Amino acid sequence: MKKSVILGAMTVAGLAAGAASAATLDDVQARGTLNCGVTTGVPGFGEPDADGVWQGFDVAVCRAVAAAVLGDGDAVEFVPTTGKTRFTALASGEIDMLARNTTWTFSRDVDLKFEFVGVNYYDGQGFMVPSDLGVTSAADLDGATVCIQTGTTTELNLADYFRANGITYEPVPVETGSEATQLFLAGSCDVYTTDRSALAAQRANFPTPSDYMVLPEVVSKEPLGPLVRHGDSDWGDIVRWTLNALITAEELGVTSENIEELSGGSSNPEVERLVGSAGTLGEMLGLDAEWAKRAIMVGGNYGEIFASNIGEDTNIGLARGLNAQWTDGGLLYSPPFR
Amino acid sequence: MSDKNSQSVSYVRETFLEQSPPPLKEAGVVKWMRENLFSGWANSLLTIVAIYFVVNIIIDVWPWFANGVWNTKSLAECREILQGANAACFSVLQERGNQMLFGIAYPADQYWRPTLGFVLLFIAAGPVLFNKLPKQMLYFSAAYPFLAFWLIWGGTILTPIMIALGLIAGYYAFTNVERLKGFALGVVAGVAAATVCVWLGGFISGALPGLIALEVIPSRDMGGFMLNMILGTICVSLSLPLGILLALGRQSDLPIIKGICVVFIEFIRGVPLITLLFVASVVLAYFFPPGTNLDLILRVIIMITMFSAAYIAEVIRGGLAALPRGQYEAGDSLGLDYAQNMRLIILPQALKISIPGIVNVAVGLFKDTTLVSVISMFDLVGAIRGPILGSTDWTGVYWEAFGFAALLFFVICYGISQYSQWLERQLRTDHR
Repeated sequence: MKKSVILGAMTVAGLAAGAASAATLDDVQARGTLNCGVTTGVPGFGEPDADGVWQGFDVAVCRAVAAAVLGDGDAVEFVPTTGKTRFTALASGEIDMLARNTTWTFSRDVDLKFEFVGVNYYDGQGFMVPSDLGVTSAADLDGATVCIQTGTTTELNLADYFRANGITYEPVPVETGSEATQLFLAGSCDVYTTDRSALAAQRANFPTPSDYMVLPEVVSKEPLGPLVRHGDSDWGDIVRWTLNALITAEELGVTSENIEELSGGSSNPEVERLVGSAGTLGEMLGLDAEWAKRAIMVGGNYGEIFASNIGEDTNIGLARGLNAQWTDGGLLYSPPFR
Repeated sequence: MSDKNSQSVSYVRETFLEQSPPPLKEAGVVKWMRENLFSGWANSLLTIVAIYFVVNIIIDVWPWFANGVWNTKSLAECREILQGANAACFSVLQERGNQMLFGIAYPADQYWRPTLGFVLLFIAAGPVLFNKLPKQMLYFSAAYPFLAFWLIWGGTILTPIMIALGLIAGYYAFTNVERLKGFALGVVAGVAAATVCVWLGGFISGALPGLIALEVIPSRDMGGFMLNMILGTICVSLSLPLGILLALGRQSDLPIIKGICVVFIEFIRGVPLITLLFVASVVLAYFFPPGTNLDLILRVIIMITMFSAAYIAEVIRGGLAALPRGQYEAGDSLGLDYAQNMRLIILPQALKISIPGIVNVAVGLFKDTTLVSVISMFDLVGAIRGPILGSTDWTGVYWEAFGFAALLFFVICYGISQYSQWLERQLRTDHR
């Protein structure tokens, strides 16, 4: 009896805790920092540098939101999360948003009660092989041994792909990505499969990257994006439209360099609405007029962020591919700022 | 007599012969090798095979070690310098060594604080571990936890002083009330006095946040080997007294106390530490209203302390069980009460027997602190596995980083083990 009373009280306290944190924007502004969940370290996407300052493609989204809401891209408390702790950290309110290469799936959106606000990186599962294997297409991989991380969606995708093509493979299950690359380099498996961005990042750090190649096939859809909790749509709107502002800025040619000049005056009305010199878009979000301008000035527009963290001039060396603007044949398509 | 001899027997020697050295086969290195390495054909064979392997390993590893590169900015630069030669890239220790020691986010200009705390730890631990040192040093040991808290977390020095004053007030209230009204009321009075003092002290330290203040560093920014040391030191020193209480409670004749202790010990021992850490990190967060978030390190300390206390309790119970019944009866027949009996007769002997077991738990506990990396705290192993191996510059460095971690842990754990063996020799009063 006593025990059930205590458990009941704890449950009520838990529910009350969930309900009390409805106005995330107010919490963030009162606190003065944004609590943003990031990875514990993925090259190019989220990693602390030698001075402990977080850098990366996902981290840039956190900084943009902090700049929009608080006016300072450094007013972010980065909370490192593992694959296991990320969803509870968000659900319990320990973090305000999660920007941690997380795939947008039905069950995460609906069942885990999160709101994916958009996609900042369209990824897909790919295959890496040594060049001297003489394989140019995944369809030639009949009978290959494949290094694969257990318990991931990539494992299921792999089985689906090989069955659909009527070819066989021998799985070599491993626990982590670094373990997989060690095995792959040692020749314990012919093929290493995971998300193509991760393949590229890891290949860049091989002793001789040119001896390995990533096959052209993409066997799954992995839309990665930032997410927030269900139940606070106002906050979700802020994160969504901050991301959209970065994408729209690239589409409209607004960069961190010319934004000052453009906010002085522009012939394009949408640019004027974006940088806040016309319209009341910021007010509708509960922010000031220059929210998007600040967000863009932190790390630049989407294209600048991409180029400086994971683009072709960096060690990671990813091409834009699917992540090009829709006008360039990619999938990035932000709703209009109107 | 001797005169007669010397005159009559001409061949008697008058001086002693110089002692001649033992034969080469029975002395020094040769003897040692004959006895230990080549005492039979099987042993000789094993020795030769072992030497062969050791030499081969050294031949392979030494160039890797000696040709190591120490000052590049990334693994790629290392490879450029080495040009395919098999050698270590120790630059990762140069570049990220501070992150391995102090964590990712601890401000670099404040590194002197945990370093000073680490040095002072030895001075504070000295009189506790070695009873030959002057007893006055124990005052410093008592003050050390508060000093270390102030050094590592920062803030005004008033906060730890107020907590210390609260504990002193609680202690005096306890001793005074206990003498007049008994143990239970004494405990109540002590806790009440401590709470009131700490509460009042909170106002004072809250009003003067800048008095002798160091920069405040939140728990989230703690990491690296510093975090392992913090967790290891605090949890070992807290779990030892708690373990003793649990062991005594389990031996108690009072059914409720015995029941609570048995359930606690058996529950904790039946649950993996990693489960408790997950509870500390994620499940508890659901039960606290937002804003009253209990510090993450504090949560982890509570969980690890409970865990190791249960194990230490069982080790000490073994020590208690090993004492002959006569010891208990001897105490009773002298007219000692329970507390005196335990303090003066039973525990000194039981703890002496338990030392190897306790040290075993302590070493295990220290290494178990690396498990906090699974709840995304960047302790030494967590920092290496997460941000350092996950950075563009250093992904692909394994042996150098993990070897450094192994070295640090080995030094500490071997030190603990050597100390415990020394202590056992000091306390050995029988079977000589």
